[in-house]
Amino acid sequence: MAEIVPLSEAVAALVRDGDTVALEGFTHLIPHAAGHELIRQRRRDLTLVRMTPDVIYDQMIGMGCAGTLVFSWGGNPGVGSLHRLRDAVEHGWPRPLALEEHSHAAMAAAYAAGAANLPMGVLRGAVGTDLPAHNSSTTIECPFTGERLTAVRALRPDVGIVHAQRADRAGNVQMWGITGVQKEVVLAAGRSIVTVEEVVDTLDPVPGAVVLPGWVVTAVCEAPGGAHPSYAHGYYGRDNAFYVSWDEISRDRERFTAWITRHVLETADVVAYRRSLDEAEAAA
Amino acid sequence: MTGGYSSSEMMAVAAARRLEDGAVCFVGIGLPSLAANLARATHAPRCTLIYESGTIGAKPRHLPLSIGDGELAETADAVVSVPEIFSYWLQGGRIDVGFLGAAQIDRFGNLNSTVIGDYDHPRVRLPGAGGAPEIAASCRRTFVMLRHSTRGFVPRLDFRTTVGNGDGPGDRARLGFTGAGVTAVVTDLCVLEPDPVSAELTLTTLHPGIEPERVRAATGWELRVAADVRVEQPPSAAELQALRALRTVATERVSE
Repeated sequence: MAEIVPLSEAVAALVRDGDTVALEGFTHLIPHAAGHELIRQRRRDLTLVRMTPDVIYDQMIGMGCAGTLVFSWGGNPGVGSLHRLRDAVEHGWPRPLALEEHSHAAMAAAYAAGAANLPMGVLRGAVGTDLPAHNSSTTIECPFTGERLTAVRALRPDVGIVHAQRADRAGNVQMWGITGVQKEVVLAAGRSIVTVEEVVDTLDPVPGAVVLPGWVVTAVCEAPGGAHPSYAHGYYGRDNAFYVSWDEISRDRERFTAWITRHVLETADVVAYRRSLDEAEAAA
Repeated sequence: MTGGYSSSEMMAVAAARRLEDGAVCFVGIGLPSLAANLARATHAPRCTLIYESGTIGAKPRHLPLSIGDGELAETADAVVSVPEIFSYWLQGGRIDVGFLGAAQIDRFGNLNSTVIGDYDHPRVRLPGAGGAPEIAASCRRTFVMLRHSTRGFVPRLDFRTTVGNGDGPGDRARLGFTGAGVTAVVTDLCVLEPDPVSAELTLTTLHPGIEPERVRAATGWELRVAADVRVEQPPSAAELQALRALRTVATERVSE
């Protein structure tokens, strides 16, 4: 049964140096607050898994948390490159980063296989490309039709981390809108942390919502605004201006380090992080 | 700017026109999203837009900055999970047109969106595959949008992220792909289409005022030119008005 604990306690108890950690959220509900806590607690040598490493992975990679990145698309959506990711890959700063890269369809199949306790996912695609030389996929022959298909090793992260709109006091989690691959990553992972906008007495039904029963979640942590600059449907919108501004902040190593120091390392939690951003904006 | 429109606008309009009304279209972010939404705003109001975030039948009033903006979920007919969108809907063979961008393309329409230079010591690390390999594998047809230059139109890709028409005729069937592959490449100068026999990309339509020599000079291989090259109609006033109404900060940045 999920324990409702502060995020700093959940990260301290559940994420170890060297773990394989997947933070998911497909544009929507990206667990930024949890990523910031990994940075504050100085996690090292993580294998970070994520279909769409964007700003939060740029921040963790720039702070040297990751030794390996498993991914399928790494960019600042609609804006451009991830400069910290590129600096790590192109120049080894602040440390070299090994890559395992897939297509979206292959990652999705690998998570679904992990959730289903199967050793592999199967899909049509990837053959004929240079991708299999840079990931764990291979081709197999269908035993029924003889068709040649791509097999990808199941993803079974040590820790799966997602953000959701809310949870009840028993730790049952409810999320809606674009729910991406979040259900799969929680079910595929050995341990899981779910940050939520709020903990409520009763989960009122919402059309199209995904509910994760509390008994498949390890820890639930209240983190209001914890997806920022991503969004939480029904709570707040996407901070597109932040994504655009990240391009400038992250381009330069010193400016990036100063930003992280001020807004992440020197803030205690997500509430203080949001306040520090508001103060910086007011001073600008 | 010639004739009151830019080459980027001509490119978006030419791509939008190729999406027929009623088509089911899997849309990438950036120029493909701009063109698909322009089609929906002009001649193709009944086309269905699918974004890889799982939004089916999205009808955004403004262009989204990302493939998962809340606007897409709020206006969609259905929102499904990411594993479902790729398995049941894309791989299931339910999509007519895939719309992709890339950094490099070769003469058979294969695409690179992974690295420029050597993989282990890249000159430029690009975002990577995303949905592209399976979009091109499973959509009935794939359109590519790419600005025309010898940097992008290369004799040999630095990395093959996505199979267009492979190494030539019959290669897609050998690889087990169900769709027809890349059927149109829309650039700021022209439209290329695969030759029905050789599968090699061939200049078939020029944008107004563009000479074939200019296209050949911007192509990194000996470009074939169709015997009967057509000229694309310039954007109409209605198309330009719809296009400019769609533009946002996001697309301005992407098309820079």
